Amino acid sequence: MTEHFKMDAPATDRRLDDMAQGLVGAPLDRPEGPLKVSGTATYADEWQVDGLAHGVLVRAPGNSGRVVLANRNAVARMDGVLAVIDDDRLLRNPAQGTANEAPIQGPHHAAYMGQLIAVVVAESFEQARHAAQSLEVTLEGGTLMPVDPTTAAVEPQESKNLDQGDLDAAMETAAHSVDAIYTTPSHSSTPMEPHASIATWEGDDLTLRGSYQMLKYNRNELADALGIHPDRVRILSPYVGGGFGSKLGLAPEAVAASIAAKQVGRPVSVALQRPQVFEATMRRSETSQRVRLAADAEGRLTGLGHDALVSNLPGETFAEPILQASHFLYAGANRRMSMDLARVHRLCAGSVRAPGEAVGVTALENAMDELAHEIGIDPVELRRRNIPEKDPESGKDYSSRRFREALDSGAEAFGWADRPGVKERREGEWLIGYGMASAARVNVLMESQARVTLLPDGRARVETDMTDIGTGTYAILGQIAGEMLGLPRDAVDVVLGDTALPPASGSGGSWGASSSGTSVYVACQAIRRQLAERLGGEEADLTLKDGSATFDNQTRPLAEILDGDEIVKLAHLQPGDTSDAVRQATFGAYFAEVAVHAASGETRVRRMHGSFAAGRILNAKTARSQCLGGMTFGIGMALTEELAFDPRDGHVANHNLAEYHIAVNADVPQLTVELLEERDDWANPMQAKGIGELGICGAAAAITNAIFNATGVRVRDYPATLDKVIAGM
Amino acid sequence: METQLTINGTQHKLDLDPRTTLLDALRHHLGLTGSKKGCDHGQCGACTVMVNGRRINSCLTLACMHDGDEVTTIEGIGQPDNLSPLQQAFVSEDGFQCGYCTPGQICSATAMLEEIANGWPSHVTGELDASAELTTEEISERMSGNLCRCSAYPNIVEAIRKAAGGGA
Ligand code: FES
Ligand code: FES
Repeated sequence: MTEHFKMDAPATDRRLDDMAQGLVGAPLDRPEGPLKVSGTATYADEWQVDGLAHGVLVRAPGNSGRVVLANRNAVARMDGVLAVIDDDRLLRNPAQGTANEAPIQGPHHAAYMGQLIAVVVAESFEQARHAAQSLEVTLEGGTLMPVDPTTAAVEPQESKNLDQGDLDAAMETAAHSVDAIYTTPSHSSTPMEPHASIATWEGDDLTLRGSYQMLKYNRNELADALGIHPDRVRILSPYVGGGFGSKLGLAPEAVAASIAAKQVGRPVSVALQRPQVFEATMRRSETSQRVRLAADAEGRLTGLGHDALVSNLPGETFAEPILQASHFLYAGANRRMSMDLARVHRLCAGSVRAPGEAVGVTALENAMDELAHEIGIDPVELRRRNIPEKDPESGKDYSSRRFREALDSGAEAFGWADRPGVKERREGEWLIGYGMASAARVNVLMESQARVTLLPDGRARVETDMTDIGTGTYAILGQIAGEMLGLPRDAVDVVLGDTALPPASGSGGSWGASSSGTSVYVACQAIRRQLAERLGGEEADLTLKDGSATFDNQTRPLAEILDGDEIVKLAHLQPGDTSDAVRQATFGAYFAEVAVHAASGETRVRRMHGSFAAGRILNAKTARSQCLGGMTFGIGMALTEELAFDPRDGHVANHNLAEYHIAVNADVPQLTVELLEERDDWANPMQAKGIGELGICGAAAAITNAIFNATGVRVRDYPATLDKVIAGM
Repeated sequence: METQLTINGTQHKLDLDPRTTLLDALRHHLGLTGSKKGCDHGQCGACTVMVNGRRINSCLTLACMHDGDEVTTIEGIGQPDNLSPLQQAFVSEDGFQCGYCTPGQICSATAMLEEIANGWPSHVTGELDASAELTTEEISERMSGNLCRCSAYPNIVEAIRKAAGGGA
């Protein structure tokens, strides 16, 4: 029987606080760590499969026209080549996260440069690569399509618009105001493991060993793309070498491998080459954001405006949700927000770590810094004065919000009181500045299922098709089950990443831990009830610890109570009324110290601190690591990351890791992170919220605000490269 | 092409397509998938192995160029139930998240500590002929050829310091 749980009311019982094992929240090591550090964790393209052939994908050299494979027959005769495939079902671009159906398909017309339009399969990787490079691809009848979002046709996103009060009047009568445009370039998730799939058919049944974040959706997307029933598809992704949004939806290599394996009658591996990751997975849309702030003499906001222009390919509905946190972070009675979507022939735009807030909060936080400077008050104080009592648009309460505490505690930890005046501090050739920014990200609960088995020997097994993309899922699900069932961490096995297991929320939108974690929690509650029943009592009176149950002053080992039986519970979590009843979000604050070279404009981040509140922390070690990751993405966004598009044809000019500059070790100081104690009863019965993306939601602004403090230069066009800084100095 | 490689102490005779990189020889022909392919262009360090004791990007060199060489991969550094002190420190300091860059980081760090011990200076070493200290700055500089998109850098530095006995 399935245990159903719908999150319709706040979970004020806080049951986890009553548990005795002491696992939840503890900074435990990842259980899969020994496999990862010894190279024995198996990623997608590493399964040892008999008779494996290799496929290499081929790109379109332009963004329109009919695709012609001029020498396909000659290539098909090359050494070792098994097939040259341009099947109608190849994907034009990856599916968006949670799409649950195939994206636009068809390799015969190019929509963007770098689109993957064919796969060449050969006995060996070397043969396939050579043959793929030898394939001559031309485009017939194409014309240059628009690639520049500032001049392309635009579709207003009216459903996203807001007009509350009178922002124009508020701006006119404001004692202080800011009206500025910020631009951010496209970013690539570019996880260290390139997208890869090994497809194996047994009759009509397909097994795909892939690298995906959301298996239950990916399975339906793959089945839909191939035109087969989802029951015929199994996806395995026990280890995923990073995703950051780029592996949310089915990507071209999975379909190519599946079609190829069927056609050549052997298992086929297809891995994207690094340039293909940059050219044909997902980009974060570039943005142009106008932020308007109106304030009274004391810095209380009277108006807030945020208008954004983003872009995507024709036919794609995703529009980077820039305004998400602007709706609820700050007060201001008069509000106007709008979104426009430009249609451009660049690679598909989709989710990259914290879609929306990563760039939206960043622009807003730059504008807040400008306002604080204009008024002449401390930027932290400006934020404190504008924390609204209720959601400024809906009037709803916030679920839990330790925003003020994050600002205060972060300022204290960083030593913000020592902030220099603008252009005031210099150490030799270096100009020193401090900057800060707020962090905010919406919190979401998603449907999720898990099965928990309490085995006769008193061990437990957790099974779900949830993924661990570096987020710590193996660790936290084991901790939750161990806590609820009173088992040491190593008495719980966690099995993930297999669509044969109960379908989970998947990893994305920061909802994975709380959603899949809640399903495990609910299953364990049901096991506790059954144990109590066996003992003739109530679950509430049962204490489980170290493999034993204490009830009515008697302690007995679980194995004895089970008496050879096992208890299996499948739990099914569904979000409910609490999602809409209140405003749920996570909050925090970043503080950064930079040194800007007086002669070159080079910026080094010297120190950076984040204080975050995200409900109950499930594992202090992995949660902190998530924040380190987010903040580091913020450093990259602030200083170096930018997909450079050729303005003529949309070619990604820097499609590799040598030219698309993610932060390296030497770019990142020893970041510090503080996780504030919090319980959010509205979020889920564990009172936990998502933390995987909070670390990037405004982080870049702390750095560019620090650059201003150091140099007096406002860089409003990201990234703040040397040329832009030096131009203002 | 016939190539003889000693990998983690075991001799292997391979007959490979001359275009086969050392990385692909390991991953495709020897089932040693601990060495990762992050870029295949010498830009990320995920494929780092040690050849005759020195760290190199194995994607950037052909297997046939290493006839007679000694190769150490992550599999030779330690196994899940027999981790090297550095591997153990990566686990306890959470010096990884997704784990994909990790074998490369560990191979690189293993060789890097040797380089410091042998007195090799880096870009941030003050004096070219003085021996380098195991500072955060030195470690970060010397490990910057190993990218980590999960951004475990602060923990990687801590793990290396801990394993090298550098303390706090
Ligand atoms: S795979 Fe060799 S350096 Fe990236
Ligand atoms: S741990 Fe994921 S890339 Fe380093």
